[in-house]
Amino acid sequence: MKSYLIKRTLHSLFAVFGVLLVVFLLLRLTPGDPALLLLPDLAPPDAVAALRKELGLDRSIVIQFWVFVQHVAHGDLGESIFYRQDALKLVLQALPITIFLTFGSFFIALVISIPVGVISATKRYSWYDHLTLIGVLLGQSMPTFWLGIMFILFFAVLWHIFPTSGSGGWKHYVLPCLSLSTYMMALVTRLTRSGMLEILNEDYVRTARAKGLSEKVVIGRHALSNTMVQIVTVLGLQVGTLLGGAVITEKVFALPGVGSLIIKAIELRDYPVVQASVLVTAFLFVFINFLVDILYLYIDPRISYVSMEER
Amino acid sequence: MGKQRTSHRLRLPFLLRVKESVGGIFKRLLRHRVATLGGIVVILAFLCAIFAPFLSPYDPLEQNLANRLKPLGWTDIDGHVHILGTDQLGRDVMSRIVFGSQVSLIVGTASVLLGGILGLILGLISGYFGKWVDDLIMRVVDITLSFPFIILALCIIAILGTSLFNLIIVLAVTGWVIYARVVRASVLSVKEMDFVQAARAIGTSDFKIILKHILPNVVAPFIVISSFQVARMIIIEASLGFLGLGVPPPIPTWGNMLSDGREYLQEAWWIGTFPGIAIVLLVLGINLLGDGLRDALDPKTYLKE
Repeated sequence: MKSYLIKRTLHSLFAVFGVLLVVFLLLRLTPGDPALLLLPDLAPPDAVAALRKELGLDRSIVIQFWVFVQHVAHGDLGESIFYRQDALKLVLQALPITIFLTFGSFFIALVISIPVGVISATKRYSWYDHLTLIGVLLGQSMPTFWLGIMFILFFAVLWHIFPTSGSGGWKHYVLPCLSLSTYMMALVTRLTRSGMLEILNEDYVRTARAKGLSEKVVIGRHALSNTMVQIVTVLGLQVGTLLGGAVITEKVFALPGVGSLIIKAIELRDYPVVQASVLVTAFLFVFINFLVDILYLYIDPRISYVSMEER
Repeated sequence: MGKQRTSHRLRLPFLLRVKESVGGIFKRLLRHRVATLGGIVVILAFLCAIFAPFLSPYDPLEQNLANRLKPLGWTDIDGHVHILGTDQLGRDVMSRIVFGSQVSLIVGTASVLLGGILGLILGLISGYFGKWVDDLIMRVVDITLSFPFIILALCIIAILGTSLFNLIIVLAVTGWVIYARVVRASVLSVKEMDFVQAARAIGTSDFKIILKHILPNVVAPFIVISSFQVARMIIIEASLGFLGLGVPPPIPTWGNMLSDGREYLQEAWWIGTFPGIAIVLLVLGINLLGDGLRDALDPKTYLKE
């Protein structure tokens, strides 16, 4: 257990290092002078020279990286060119909206898809099952942002139930969360259904039925809890997909989260903000994956730590 | 978990058979009705892209401000009927959808082809040689997977600039990790089999072993994952286009049409609705075909027959 935790922590730390390296290289490998990228257009030459010195661009690339890591460790990700504010602060201000959107969708997807998948598996080949499968296929083939646009069209423009865009009360998050959750909903429903179908054929399920346990107990305690193990493994990666999807969903619904911030910063060539946003989202993603792996251990005590280490 | 139970015993005849008969796979695929339907959709989409200049009713770039935001079935003064209406610049939506299929299919297939080949080669090397090469490649894979895919892609594009070429390159160099992982896993399971050991014992070169004995046995999972990746890349291309980071205008893409559609949603619902339906149809077709391929290539399905 302990050795697994240590190994997993090292793995995450390595991922953090990798993220730092990639973000560092992204900005350095750009054609042209990074100092020019970081400064507004037509900056005076002495300002460029000063920034070059400050960034250490006159030194070797390894030292530059080390300086960059030190800056990040101190929470210094530069100043936004456009907003004239601390870049990290801007990102952290926008972050709650993105997190809310991501986890809101995450929970909507789980709450809906697991029961739907279980019922679908127990009623295999019924019209309910077929309907679910069609829904799953559509959900996996639909760009979530287009569904968002369609939601706005029906629920906001035509029926005026929810606001079209912007941030405010809970009503502003209903449509974004629903549309963002569809892909994961489809995936988890599919996994729950196929996992349940497989497990319902297992000997121990037959034994449980044979000894007269109620169907509720057989499905809930015996079958579902084992299916959950398979589902949890994909959840970590799904959070990443949701985080990425949140960028686009925010744009569709004009929510001022990290996604909108990145897009705006890219348009304005505000590289410190782009850099800070990418770093923060990637760190968040690494952290969530770490949590999911730890959670995985608790959910399935059978898993030997040896086999986990092989992953 | 379930996968580990299908032991090598099951896998071996399957692998050999794949090498033998492409025709058999095709037959099984045709018997799969839903997959056939998916295949037809995909073929139609390709035909649509290839013959776009002949199929499209009008020039997708032709602007006519007198015809701005006209609804479905609008007939203009020249007697031209716009079946799916016009957009904010008076361009025919139907024609733009027909031409938009070109970018989606080019980006989808080219990025999967490039990324797939890169991932295949690196996955083979990583799985076969192991040791530090494997460590190095897998660490790069880990780092790439530490980013939400679309965020990494959009940052690189933002820096490189938007163009069709850059888009394909970025999707390929960020997407190869998935194939590399799948291929490596298959190589690891094939590598220790007797026939590979035998080949090695009689002194066959590594290159020849990889090409003759390993490669044919990792092709099946590689093809299946690639087919789903084409669908995924088409959605990602549309997403980037929607964010203004796809192929730059005036070239019509489904993504940038959706972006126009979002902007004019209140006045003209058709601009954003129909390109989305086009994406759903194409992606659905590819996914169905992928499902069929997976079943046709899976021993669990056909050994029962």
